[in-house]
Amino acid sequence: MSGFGTPLKIALGLAVIAALIIVPMNFNRYGLFILSQWAVMTIAAMGLNLTLGYAGQVSLAQGAFVGIGAYAAAIMTTHGWPLPAAIVVAIALSFVVGWVLGYPALRVQHHYLAFVTLAFSTLAFLVFRNESWLTGGIYGISNIPRPHIFGLATNKPLPFYYVCLGSLAIVSLAVWWLIRSPWGRAFMALRENPLRAQSLGIDTRRYTLMAFAIGSALGGVAGALYAPLTQYIDPVPFNLSLSLDLLMMVIVGGAGFYFGPFLGAMIAVLLPEWLRFTEGYYLMLYAVAVMLLLIWSPTGILGILDRTMAARRTKAASALRAVAKSRMETVQ
Amino acid sequence: MSNLFDLLVAGLATGAIYALVAVGFTLLWQTSQTINFAQGEFVMLPAFLMLAAMHVGAPLWLAIILGILLSMILLGLAFKLLLVDPMMRHGVLPLAIATMALAIGIKEAVKQFFSAEASPFPSIVPTGDISILGHAVSLQSIGVLVVAILAVVGLTTLLNRTSLGHQMQAAAQNPTVARIIGVPVERMILLTFLINAFLVALASLLITPIYLAKFSSGEVLGQAAFIAAIVGGFNQVRGAIAGGLLIGVLDNLAASYVSTQYRAAVPLIFLIVVILFRPQGLLGRAEERTL
Repeated sequence: MSGFGTPLKIALGLAVIAALIIVPMNFNRYGLFILSQWAVMTIAAMGLNLTLGYAGQVSLAQGAFVGIGAYAAAIMTTHGWPLPAAIVVAIALSFVVGWVLGYPALRVQHHYLAFVTLAFSTLAFLVFRNESWLTGGIYGISNIPRPHIFGLATNKPLPFYYVCLGSLAIVSLAVWWLIRSPWGRAFMALRENPLRAQSLGIDTRRYTLMAFAIGSALGGVAGALYAPLTQYIDPVPFNLSLSLDLLMMVIVGGAGFYFGPFLGAMIAVLLPEWLRFTEGYYLMLYAVAVMLLLIWSPTGILGILDRTMAARRTKAASALRAVAKSRMETVQ
Repeated sequence: MSNLFDLLVAGLATGAIYALVAVGFTLLWQTSQTINFAQGEFVMLPAFLMLAAMHVGAPLWLAIILGILLSMILLGLAFKLLLVDPMMRHGVLPLAIATMALAIGIKEAVKQFFSAEASPFPSIVPTGDISILGHAVSLQSIGVLVVAILAVVGLTTLLNRTSLGHQMQAAAQNPTVARIIGVPVERMILLTFLINAFLVALASLLITPIYLAKFSSGEVLGQAAFIAAIVGGFNQVRGAIAGGLLIGVLDNLAASYVSTQYRAAVPLIFLIVVILFRPQGLLGRAEERTL
């Protein structure tokens, strides 16, 4: 994203944030639901982006962690616990399960890892569906309450949208800080060259597990918000397709780019809505759009931007060099 | 014991179909590093192509031939030229994601243009039972096994006994050297895509009479084929065959000895165990080709 001046970037960021706060004020119920869903899916995709984009570990299980978070929140809040407590539990639970899921990553990589996580994802779905004493089985859990934040009820769509947006803001800041911290650098070292990372004294074992655990924990956060958003959950939304969708969001937006998940989730959540006028064809068009985009730019949308910027920078730099050279020649 | 025998036969029949799909899957991986997440949808589609041909009045045999030819054009040629070729040089993951999108596209297209409901599909094998060693075995199971075995034997003969097969193996194992000694690598890769399309069309023809033609049936099939391919050995054709048969039998045994609720979990747990303790697969070689 470099290439803009810093003040311009800050102004652009503030404008987007202001727009996200002000514009939805007169949205209808459905519009607010979709926007809230975007915020929730962005959080889950940011988690996967940490695991995949920054640490380079393929995971097809992010949807399962959204499910774990959603069930934790649904079970706790319907038993009278406040949502923040449920979010803490969702984070802790997803973190621990994610940590354990990271162990196969120490042994196998790439497509093998993809299939282990894929199997985990389907197993989690079976547990959601079959353990009805806990999860309500195929009937699911209904009447999930929305929280009171600082004494304000968030039952209406607009206040709850702000809850989602606020959570997204907190997660975004945390991730921003994380990828700039030594941990974030260690993750990237892991992705670029694990052997070299290890020889430089990075505990690759611990960071691999951490990458899984933190990414999964963010999936848990997203789930804990998803449950009160829909106010009803059953196992179906948390099947393998959700994991595949989240993976697609990360890749389409641009894996390893900070803003990738925001864009990817926007395309995955909003594009089908915009294409709804095409009726039955919209998912087909979405699929074709994703394929065309990946053929054009395998690094996703931000990959295109990145290349354009890089090209412009090179052009600017060579222009500067040319000027410098001609000056040198005139001096001589 | 009679029960166990029936389960084994039924399991081998399903397993033989999984094996066909898994073999195609490993062929694509070996020659072009394509992890085809749409492989299950590739099995689902040909049945609908055949149904469509019958709908416009073609007799069954013509519909089958047309279905297989169309599959080879769409799922072999077009898939390679339009999706795999432009993406192959960008690495494994973007292409895998693109095939996920393709899976959604195929599923939605079938739902939209054919039907969201399950349609019956005529069996190429007469229904009924025959008696083997005092057990009633359905002709369908035997038919499936015979066709699948013929296909697998044909394929392994092609790969191991003919010059064409040796060229294909060379193209898969070391494309650079293969090119140097004059193997038309590009054509060999295309050939594996056509073979894969043929195998999935055959699998479609065998499995659809049993499970009906439905737009969503590819999910289960695709996953079974992945598991079979990995369990058997991702870089071996015979591994994929063994894996397919094993998963088919395991699936059928789990259905009657484990609770129906967790039946689907058995192959998955088996998969995780195999990947953790023998990642190259039961029959696979430890070394893997590198590009």
